[in-house]
Parts: sequence; C-alpha cells; structure tokens
Amino acid sequence: MTPSDYVAAALLILGAVFFLAGTVGLLRFPDVYTRLHALTKSDNVGLGLMVAGLAVQAEPWFVVGKLLLIWPLVLLAGASVAHLIAKGAMQRGVQMWRR
Amino acid sequence: MEALTLLQWIFDTLTGLGLWWLAWRALASPQLFRAVVLFVAFGLLMALAWVRLDAPDIALAEVAIGAGLTGALLLAALARLTAAEKAQNVADQSGKRKYTVRTSRWLPAALLSVVAAGLAYSVLSFPPSSAGLSVEVAANLDISGVSNPVTAVLLNFRGYDTLLEMLVLLLALLGVWSLGGLSPPRAAPAGLVLDTLTRVLTPVLILVAAYLLWVGGHAPGGAFQAGSVLAAAGVLLLLAGWRPHPGMTQLPLRLVVVAGPGLFLVAALFTIVMGRHLLEYPPERARILIVILETAAALSIGTTLAALFLGERPRDKERP
Repeated sequence: MTPSDYVAAALLILGAVFFLAGTVGLLRFPDVYTRLHALTKSDNVGLGLMVAGLAVQAEPWFVVGKLLLIWPLVLLAGASVAHLIAKGAMQRGVQMWRR
Repeated sequence: MEALTLLQWIFDTLTGLGLWWLAWRALASPQLFRAVVLFVAFGLLMALAWVRLDAPDIALAEVAIGAGLTGALLLAALARLTAAEKAQNVADQSGKRKYTVRTSRWLPAALLSVVAAGLAYSVLSFPPSSAGLSVEVAANLDISGVSNPVTAVLLNFRGYDTLLEMLVLLLALLGVWSLGGLSPPRAAPAGLVLDTLTRVLTPVLILVAAYLLWVGGHAPGGAFQAGSVLAAAGVLLLLAGWRPHPGMTQLPLRLVVVAGPGLFLVAALFTIVMGRHLLEYPPERARILIVILETAAALSIGTTLAALFLGERPRDKERP
C-alpha cells in the first residue's frame, strides 16, 4: 500500500464514523428538530471526508473536480431541506423536546 | 480477496432483503404519506442494486425518475387527494363513508402472481451462460455513431423502443390534461430559503442536464437522465411559486412537448422513404442524428414530466 492509500483509507473510515454517528442520532434523538440536526451536521462532514478520501486516489484531474462539485451541492441541498422540514414542523405545531 | 467477496456477498444479500422489506412496507402501509416515503427509499436502494449489477445507466434513470420525480408526482397527487377529500367533506357534512366500492384484492393478486410466475419461468429458462446480444452490439458499435453501447441500443439499434416510451409519456400528459379538473394547490409564497435554493440550483441543474446529454454518447447518461434533471429544475421552480408566462403555455409548450416524439417519427418516416429499415440511420450521419434526436427527446421529457407535476392544463389567461 502506498501512503496515499493509507490517507484515503483513514479519510473514508473517519467519514463512515460520522455517517454512523448521524444515523445513531437520527434513531435515538427525541424529536424532529434534534434528529434533523444530527442527520445534516454529520452527513455534511462525513460526505466531505468521503469526497476527500476518494479525491486522494482519483486519477484524472477532472474526476477530482467532479467529486469536489458534489460536496457543496449536497451541503446546499441538505441545509436547505433541513430548514424547510423544520419550518414545516414548526408550522404544524410540533413541540420542541424539553428535558 | 476472500474477505472482500464475503463482504460483497453480505452487502448484496442485505440490499436484496432490504428491497423486499421496503416493497412490502410500502404496499402494506395504511398511511399514504408513509407509503410514498418508503417508495422513494425503495427507489434509492434499487439504484444501489443497479450499481452493484454494473448498470450505472439504469441506476441513474432509477434514481432520477423512479425515486425522484415519481416521488414528487406521488406527493403532489397526495396533496391534491387530501385537498379534494377536505372539499368533499365540507360539501356534504353527512359524515358517510365516501368510498363504498371495495374492489376485491384477489383478482389483482392472482394476475400479479401469473405475471411473476411467467417472469420467473423466463429467467430460469435462460441458457446458463450467455453473452446475450452484447457481442453483436460491440461488433456493430462502430456504425452506431456513439461509443456508449447503452445509447447505441436505445437511440440506434432499438430506437423504436425509445420512440414508444416517449409516446407513452406524451399519452400520460394528454390524459392528465384532459382530466384537468383539479386546480393545483394554492402555492404559498416561497420562503427565503426555498427561493434562494431554487435560484442557485436551477442554472446548475440545466448545466448538469446538458452535460448528461452530451456524455451519453460515450459514458452513462443520455436523454432520459438529462430530461429528468431538467424536470427536477422545473419541479423546483413550480414549488417555489414560479408559473410559466401565459404566452408560453399554449403553442410553445405544446411544440416542446411534441418535439421529441415528433422528430423521432420524422426520422422514422425519412429512413423508410430512403429505402432503409425503420430508424436505420446512414452510418456516416448517425452521430449528428442521434445528437439532434436526443436533445429534442431530453427537452420533451423534461417539459412533459414538469407539466405532469403541475397537473392541470395551462390555460390562456386572456380568454375566458
């Protein structure tokens, strides 16, 4: 294995850890707002790490460019959709969780 | 390598079982909204299965049309269903059950079982190891005008399949337009976030559609994928409250919707008049013909799908 393989593997595994944490948060958090928080925050970082890990090994430069285009698009869509779902829940009167 | 194949085997098994489970949950769910969400999840997992089967073209189409646009259409239909039910409840306040006709479940179940048995029989009666027609496609790829075998089959060797698919889409739109009664749900003024998202994403989506259309000549992509991305831009715009200008909804809209199948029919007639088979292009012109037909097809598919999402037939505002 070359050093770039190790870097890519480390980034991919770290990304998978963030996805796992986000999924656990989605399943375990008490209400829609905290679940959205867990899901979008961890997916943003996790996907960034995944893209970085794949970009390390991508061969032609335009593949790296395409990979790097995916991340901001998902960031934009994820953040906006999380906001829209939370706003929809607020308008329907979904109460926020209190300890 | 052994550990890797074992991991892949586990992954494929989980994907297959997940597909069964999602399909069953989507069909059995009494709540329609939940069923639609499960259907979208089913489409996403199905796309993953296609990727595992080395069919990225179908995966792209599945995720864009099967999960994305069909999901949006189902949700729009659901919103209208709820609005129509509410309106009916206000109209007759008797509180009677509205749907008294219950069709038997057994007839569709029996018909589906026959179809499933037929499919299983034909799959099991395949020769054990056969390359299918891929060898002949590869041998004739040079005269097809493109280097992506999927596009060569869809637009050249079996172009009439694509022609008929486009006619089916057109018929669906004609059906929706002739039903036409339900007015679309009142579009609430779009919030700042949805508005900004739409403004940023629409040009990006148009660019991606053009890229998918062009790349279909030598890599996974093509008219249906490009068209569905265009339709996604249309759905976003419609959700954000945008409506087409009344002057554009009559003849221009109809021309765009008919352009794809129309050009296909012209090409089919022309090849027959030239003494060739149906949609058998002259090899030296095949590339440019495919590019023209695919562009028109993508525009028509995108417009048709977005018009399906809008639902009602666009009317001329000036005329009563």
